[in-house]
Amino acid sequence: MLRPALTIAYYTVLEALRNRLLWLCALMAVGAVGLAGFVGDLALTESRQTQAALLAAALRLGAVGLIGTFVVTSMAREAADKGQELLLALAMPRAAYLLGKLAGFGALAVLPATLFGALSLAFAAPAQSAAWSVSLLCELWIVAAFSLLCALSLNQAMPALAASAGFYLLARAIGGLQLIGHARARGGAGQQWLSGGVDLLAAALPHLDQFTRTEWLLYGGADPAAVLAIVLHSALYIGLLCAAALFDLYRKSF
Amino acid sequence: MPIKPLSAVPKGVSLLLAGTLALQLLWQRAPPEPPRAAALPAAPTAAALRLASLGEPLAMSRLLMLSLQAYDDQPGLSLRLNQLDYAAVAGWLDAALALDPRSQYPLLAASQVYAASSDPARVRLMLDLVYRRFGDDPGRRWPWLAHAALVARHRLHDLPLARRYAQAIRRQATGPGVPAWAREMEALMSQDMNELEDARTLIGALIADGQITDPHELRFLSERLDAIAAAQAAAARGAP
Repeated sequence: MLRPALTIAYYTVLEALRNRLLWLCALMAVGAVGLAGFVGDLALTESRQTQAALLAAALRLGAVGLIGTFVVTSMAREAADKGQELLLALAMPRAAYLLGKLAGFGALAVLPATLFGALSLAFAAPAQSAAWSVSLLCELWIVAAFSLLCALSLNQAMPALAASAGFYLLARAIGGLQLIGHARARGGAGQQWLSGGVDLLAAALPHLDQFTRTEWLLYGGADPAAVLAIVLHSALYIGLLCAAALFDLYRKSF
Repeated sequence: MPIKPLSAVPKGVSLLLAGTLALQLLWQRAPPEPPRAAALPAAPTAAALRLASLGEPLAMSRLLMLSLQAYDDQPGLSLRLNQLDYAAVAGWLDAALALDPRSQYPLLAASQVYAASSDPARVRLMLDLVYRRFGDDPGRRWPWLAHAALVARHRLHDLPLARRYAQAIRRQATGPGVPAWAREMEALMSQDMNELEDARTLIGALIADGQITDPHELRFLSERLDAIAAAQAAAARGAP
């Protein structure tokens, strides 16, 4: 199973490189540096922190958008030109196809995480920058796994993109939603139900608002335990997404 | 993919392209609407801003500060400080500080930018904000209360208020990062110095202690000193 999975991963990476993903990453980095430099120059004080905060936020969002879009469009293209059916007709388990795709997308995520992490070195100590990059990589892996699940389950690019974007935004906002929900939980039965619903949603989502924290770049404070917790949580969540995608893939008839 | 010659494009399509491009250019040449000052809206709650920041409260805090700072320069207009709704300004500064409590930007803006208004009521609103938020983190925020003390003394001519601020620094800013002279601000308040001398003393001490290192802040404070000097020179020329 390993050999076909590695071959699929290799061709997934090759496809991305031929789609100029590396150039897009570099272009995004240049654009973000220029924009953060311009905006940071307007600051009356803390100009470096302002640049770092805006650059980190822009790069994080850009990297997620890039990887999520690539996963969905690549899977949609493969389904449309029947490449997916051809691969699944070969003598290999469906799990090899899924794991190969996931490994390929995971390898691709290393590109923006490394490049953008290197840029963050201009503003932060190497240890803090490394923690930020590792956390970004974990975030990208989760997004890639969820986008893959959506692309396989929903079959079409637009619904898969919308679902991936919705998942990501919700996972980034869930901490804030919980705060608001708990503050209003004393209002009445309706509010308590709503707050309970938000808590339930929070239990099912990765708390991406705790990932890739800009404060590490600005003020430090990223300790190995926090990064390890992010890595372990990501491994657990990617395992869950992978299992859900496999469940769906094995039930499908082509 | 090989490209066909221009003659392969139907004439109608070429005309449509030229026509729509011309219309777009004409549209952009139309005179803009006369500028109107937009009122500064009240700041949303901290929870709403935290939700909108999508887990990036630090970036959101800085974006809030930059947009607030740019508010007095609206398209075609340059608003004076006295035209701004200071209650709303204080709300936005509070919100920016709630998103990033370690940032010095909101209190610098309150004590140095918005406290430069010629309206004493507006100045008091800003000084009150600095004093109120100083108590949350005296070890980091004392320089802004020190600036506020000078503003209270020289702009508002309210020596008791200036002394109250200086006392607050002495009593609450007791951390190891606070220089000894900061706790002796009360003595500075009793000396017979004008605003320029006071400001020079304070800013000079802050720079010497490494409290101000940002080049933008240094330039800004230097411009503030120049403005105070110019105002004093103008007042001296006007005096009999």
